[in-house]
Formats: sequence, C-alpha cells, structure tokens
Amino acid sequence: MNHTQGPDIRDTKAPSGPIEERWEKRKFSARLVNPANKRKLHVIVVGTGLAGGSAAATLGELGYNVTSFCYQDSPRRAHSIAAQGGINAAKNYRGDGDSIHRLFYDTVKGGDFRARESNVYRLAQVSVNIIDQAVAQGVPFAREYGGLLDTRSFGGAQVSRTFYARGQTGQQLLLGAYQALERQVAAGTVTMHTRHEMLDLIVSDGRARGVIVRDMVTGEIERHVADAVVLATGGYGNVFFLSTNAKGCNTTAIWRAHERGAYFANPCYTQIHPTCIPVSGEYQSKLTLMSESLRNDGRVWVPLRKNDSRAPGDIPEQERDYYLERIYPAFGNLVPRDIASRAAKNVCDEGRGVGPGGLGVYLDFRDAIGRLGRDAVEKKYGNLFEMYERITGENPYDVPMRIYPAVHYTMGGLWVDYDLQSTIPGLFVIGEANFSDHGANRLGASALMQGLADGYFVLPTTIGDYLADGPYGDVDEEAVAEAEVKVRDKIERLLSVNGTRTPDSFHRELGKLMWDYCGMERTEESLRKALERIPELREEFWRDIKVTGTAEKLNQVLEKAGRVADFFDLAELMCLDALVRTESCGGHFRAESQDSDGEALRDDERFAHVSAWERTPGGPVLHKEPLEYEYVKMTQRSYK
Amino acid sequence: MNLTLRVWRQSGPSDDGRMVTYQVEDVSPDMSFLEMLDVLNERLILEGDDPIAFDHDCREGICGMCGMVINGVAHGEQRATTTCQLHMRHFEDGATITIEPWRAAPFPVVKDLVVDRSAFDRIIQAGGFVSVPAGSAPDAHSIPVRKEDADDAFDAATCIGCGACVAACPNGSASLFTAAKITHLSLLPQGQPERVSRAKAMVDQMDAEGFGGCTNTGECTAVCPKGIPLDTIAQMNSDYLKANGK
Repeated sequence: MNHTQGPDIRDTKAPSGPIEERWEKRKFSARLVNPANKRKLHVIVVGTGLAGGSAAATLGELGYNVTSFCYQDSPRRAHSIAAQGGINAAKNYRGDGDSIHRLFYDTVKGGDFRARESNVYRLAQVSVNIIDQAVAQGVPFAREYGGLLDTRSFGGAQVSRTFYARGQTGQQLLLGAYQALERQVAAGTVTMHTRHEMLDLIVSDGRARGVIVRDMVTGEIERHVADAVVLATGGYGNVFFLSTNAKGCNTTAIWRAHERGAYFANPCYTQIHPTCIPVSGEYQSKLTLMSESLRNDGRVWVPLRKNDSRAPGDIPEQERDYYLERIYPAFGNLVPRDIASRAAKNVCDEGRGVGPGGLGVYLDFRDAIGRLGRDAVEKKYGNLFEMYERITGENPYDVPMRIYPAVHYTMGGLWVDYDLQSTIPGLFVIGEANFSDHGANRLGASALMQGLADGYFVLPTTIGDYLADGPYGDVDEEAVAEAEVKVRDKIERLLSVNGTRTPDSFHRELGKLMWDYCGMERTEESLRKALERIPELREEFWRDIKVTGTAEKLNQVLEKAGRVADFFDLAELMCLDALVRTESCGGHFRAESQDSDGEALRDDERFAHVSAWERTPGGPVLHKEPLEYEYVKMTQRSYK
Repeated sequence: MNLTLRVWRQSGPSDDGRMVTYQVEDVSPDMSFLEMLDVLNERLILEGDDPIAFDHDCREGICGMCGMVINGVAHGEQRATTTCQLHMRHFEDGATITIEPWRAAPFPVVKDLVVDRSAFDRIIQAGGFVSVPAGSAPDAHSIPVRKEDADDAFDAATCIGCGACVAACPNGSASLFTAAKITHLSLLPQGQPERVSRAKAMVDQMDAEGFGGCTNTGECTAVCPKGIPLDTIAQMNSDYLKANGK
C-alpha cells in the first residue's frame, strides 16, 4: 500500500504561554452561547460510554438540544462498564507528594513521549473535578473508616492516586453518567435512541452536520441532522477478533468519519494487557482480563524445557524458569504491561508455553499462599480467583493460573486538536475514539479519567465556541441523500453476495493475521506480509460472504458483516502506520528497533511526531504533527 | 458433549413464536453457554437458516445485556452468574436444554431471545439519580460517608440491570431492580434531598410500566447475578410510605 506525505500539522489550537494557564486561557477565550439560543442548537452524540454519556448529559444540562445514540439496548451497557481497576486523579489526599504536575509527568512518560503536552496537562488539571462530580452523583467509591475516600497505587506511578469502587470502578462511574443522562432525557433536553448504529457521517459545505443511522430493530435507515456531531464510539481493539473489548465494539463510526475526511492518528498504537485468561479453543469468542494487581503476589514462570507436558505440580523448582525475575531482577514480575506481554510471547514462541496450543504462562500463587496463608490470599484476590475458576474450571489455589496477553485498548484514534475537534469542522471526537492524551501507551486507571474529562469538562466548553457561530442553517439535501444511498448500497451488497463464509469466520481470520503480523511485535517483513494478505482476504470477503435474512428487521449477521468490512480497511491502515514508524515506542514494538537488552528503542530524531492519516482517492496521505517537549525531558525507559 | 436444545423462536413482536429443537454436537465443556450458541448459529447461517437472535455484549458478566431462561431458571441454575459466564461443564453430556427469553408483559419480545427492557431506563428517568449538574460539585472530601454505609450502598449499586429478577418473579415485579437504585442512593448523604420524591416517582413509574407487585417470594434475589439483597425492597417500601404519608 503506497502512501504520500502531506504538509505537517503546525497549529493544534492550544493556547500559548505557561502550561498551567493554557486551559484557563482557552476557557476564557471560548465564546459563550446565550442561554436562550442554546435550545436552537442541535448536537448529536454517538456512543454512551463514559465519554459520550457524560458529554450528552452535560450538554443537555447546559440547555443544548441533544440527540444521543447507542447500539446497545440501554445506554448503561457501553463497554466502559467493564473497567475494573480505578480512576486516577491528582487530589493528593494522601499527602504523598502527588500534584497535577506529577500526574502530567507520569502520563507523558508512561506514553513514551508520544503525547501532546498541553492536552495531558489539562487532563491532569481536570482529573480533580471528576472525582468531585462523581462523588456528588453518589458513586460509591471505596472509603476508609474515617469516611474519606480510599486510594491505591497503580502501575507506572509511585503515588497513591487511584480512586476505586472495588473491582467495578468503570461500572459505577458509568452508572453515574448514565443516571445524569437519563435525568436529561426526562427533562426533555436529550432524545435517546438505543439499538441504533451509526453508518455514515453527513458532511455539508465542509462541516459535519449529521449522521445516517440504522434502527437495528426495524432496519429503517434514518437521517439525523444537527449543528455539530460528537463521536464517542470507543476503540477498535476488536480488529484482532479476540480482545477484552465487548463483542459489539467496532470501528465503523470513526472509520466512516475517516472516509469523510477526518484524519486518523497513530492507528498502530495498541495496548496489549499481559494478564488475561488464555484461549481455550477455536470457538473462543472473547478474552477476559484479570486484574493486573495479581502480579503483586503471583510469580510468572514456564518450564525450562520445551514441550514439557508434565502437570505444573510435577515440575521441580530447578526445572522452572521464572523468566521475568531472571531477565528483570529489579522489577521482576512487576515490569510494565508491554514488557510483561512481550516476554510471555517470547517464551511461548520458544515452545515453552503451557496449556492448550502452548499459548500461556503460569502465574503461580504457591509461594504467596505459603508465605501469607491461604486466607490472606483469598482476602486480597478471592473474587479474581473465583472468576478464573468460573471460566477455566481450575482452582488457582491448587493449580497455577494460566495467563496470556490480549489486546485491551487502542491509543490511536481520530486526530483532534486541543478543542477535541477533528479535521472536519463540527466533528468532535472524545474518549478512546480520539488519539489524544495517552501517547504510545496508556497507564492503568487513565482511560476512565480521560473519558470523563472529555465528556464532563472539556468538550462542553470547547464545542460552545464552535456553536457560537450557529445555527448553521439548512443542510445540503444532496449530501444527505448521497450518504444515505451509500449506506443502502453497502447493505444491499452485503446481502446479495450469498457466498459460503460467515462474517465471524472472516473476522477470525483477519484477527489472527493482525495478531501474528501486527501484534505484540512487528517487523518490516511481517507488516509487508499483512499488507499483501489483507487486500486478498478483503476481496474474498466481498466475493464469498454469506449474510442471511433481510435488512428490514433485526439482523445480527448483517450488523456483524458491516463491521467486519470496515475492520479490513482499518487493519490495512494500522499495518501501514506500523510499517512507516520504524522505531519502537510504548505499545508499538518494532523488532528492528531495540536496545542491547531487548527493550523498545525510540527514535526521537525521526519520530517525535503524531502520524495523522488522511484518506484520499490517491491513497493514504501522511501528515505529521511534530511533538515538542518543553516541560518534560525525554528519556529512555529502563526497568532492569 | 452432544446436546439437544429446545429454543424459543419468534421472528418478531407480532409472531406467535414456538419451541424449535436443534442438535448440537462436539460441544467442549470449556465453552461458555453463548459460545455454544455461537457455534450453532455459525452452522445455521451456512445452512441458510436464520440464526438465533440473542443479546450479549461484554461477555464478562457486567454489562447486563445477556439473559435467557435456561431450563426454567433465569441465567441458568449456576448461582450468581450471568448467562455469558455460564460454562458448558455444568451440563451433562446428552442433556436436553430449554432456552427461552425473559417473559414479562413489560419486556416484549423483539425477536427470539431478545426482549425490550426500555422500561428499566424509564424507571431510572423517573428519579434514579442525584440532581447535580457537571461542574457544580463541592470537593469530594467535604462529604464524608461512613464506611459501612458506603459498602452497603455499593452492594445495592452493583445491579447490572439485566432483568433476571423480573423474569424469575411469579408476579413479573421489577421491585428488586427499582429497590436497588433507591437503596443505593438512600444510604448516601448525596441522595437525601431527593430521597422521598425519588422513591415515589420510581415506584409509580414501575407500576405504570405494568410490572407486578412484590409478594416477598425472593425468586429475584435467588437468580440475581450480583446477589442484590432482598432487604433493599424493605428500604424501598419504607421510603415510598414516607412519600405517601406526606
């Protein structure tokens, strides 16, 4: 796949001056809309996770006329709900030296110096307001006996700044946003459409002016126009088929916006989580995450010998390889996510993996149980052990757990400026769907923070500045009709092939290909292979796909087929982006770019930039947004 | 394992619906219940049949999207488990498994095992929130909460809104769902200003949706994947009585 290079992106619209003052400055410079006029301004919000739910609720509270869409049967079910660990905030309630500047610093460093300083600083500033907002809504965070909020420490930080609600922080925060949203539905400011899927963006006179959606129950194709469109449709980890994402998570909304002109930034940045329950067979439909906290007491090992089929209990101590402790004596089992993931892959590639297909490593609590006693281990990890046993049928108190890395989060997404506006005026992108804030690697407990920062606090301010010029008047009827016809044609095409393979069978094959060639470790050779194979597979898809039923009613096969079709195109761009970025950084590991210890080696001379891809009829065009670091000194990570 | 499935098939809301029997072979005990249905659906697609429609999303037991009545029990016989977290090792080889949708008048069938649970959203709209616009909140530590209250509130707040409680209740009552939210917010200081009006509005909406009354059979809490306690309903009734006494 050939690409050309376009002009750099020089203006991100971040205010100048000291970094602490930029967000204040922008809030003041953003024009306000007269309360009487807000009702006349119509905003569409697609997606109801932490970002979309909080944005729609807040815009409704401000008095805008909001229409919200989600593909689930209720806005309460968006996949933010599955986040376990917690949410970071620079409250410094512990007095342990935390500050806005430290959260900013940790996030920029954790992102391997590939995030925008101004955005990250704002995120750290706003983080404190999120906790206040959530507590006021009645989110039942964990508390101490004095009645104050409890916190814990999380990967990549030396302070205790993570607020949590047992292992269900995402659920509780999402229900807070959902309840705020339903309050606005009752107030009449938000119109909610559940079981609706966005299938195209309406662009009229160069501005985003609406969406084409499909009512998934009746099959009806609907047009909705507005003065601005907000996409909060999450990440694209399901391009790998197996991931920790919900089954319905997909790239269609952001991909169609990309096809309409929105730049796609850093598509190759994917995060692979080291502690997931391994695949048990060909029928596997998704992967389940086990909290990273397990690595605090569990020891990771594989047999020293290849293809050792003995039961773990029969393998004597001297024939076990505690490889993380061996390779990284300083951090041992607590090395960052990307390093732990890659090390697991390496030992499995050597033929020393355990469990079905040799794709797993042991996470052993034998020593912890011996040291602390079974009761203490149960107190700390009881619910996780139970979850593991439920899925695998094995009791981790007796047999070591088996874990394997899995795709978990995508740092890439649609390019946005400081206002969270894409390259299409009037199209705003928030939460995991955009590329901002996390650079090449996201720290634990930062996804919830970003989603809510965008939705409750950043977007409602910045979109006001755009809407101050509205209402934007009539929408070009031809643009609407063209988008609708395009959607109908695609559905018609999917239904008419009547081939011999199901959408899932293609999705599985694409996912495996991406995992093998564009997964934890990428090489020029693997990426070129993928770029050769993806178009062939896509061609086969359009020749041999089988979609049963009709478009006029609930049709889950049709929904799935449409999503898989978009994953092909995205997969190709991911591989291209990974091929062009010949350095390693964060979640993107190019085998050619590693230091003598096998660690990711950045190339700041050539790659200290965001790669923003434009889609044109002549092929992808790469625009670079140079990254400058005024406040954090760039260093190479080391965990030895 | 080889299984016989008897599955409720209904092409749309106005169709009468019927049980249809399918044979599935080579089921692995490590499959989840939904993966077993995935395998059957792949076969049905290739045979040109309409696959069985069912709701699902996270497949981690937290989104509340999945739900079917398996052998007469909402989410199956395994306790405190959503359908997606139920695994085939709990079934006998050669067994016949009956699969039906949630059955309750306020949950009309959309297709096969998919039902419309929007009534739950409308109950929340009636008052299942604290009225606090973004940006208006005081510092989080200005509102201390007793740990015991926070923990009890959390236990009620874990409801995933799946609707199993309604499906299991002989009266088709949504009391456990409604009470879980009322209790969550009633136990916290943040929920006090709207406590009484909330209970009244939510209970009235529950009734308006056509859900039945609670007669303390406890079937709801027995099938609840999150084990929401039955005494939340007492809390709801207490708050509701206060509203009507005023």
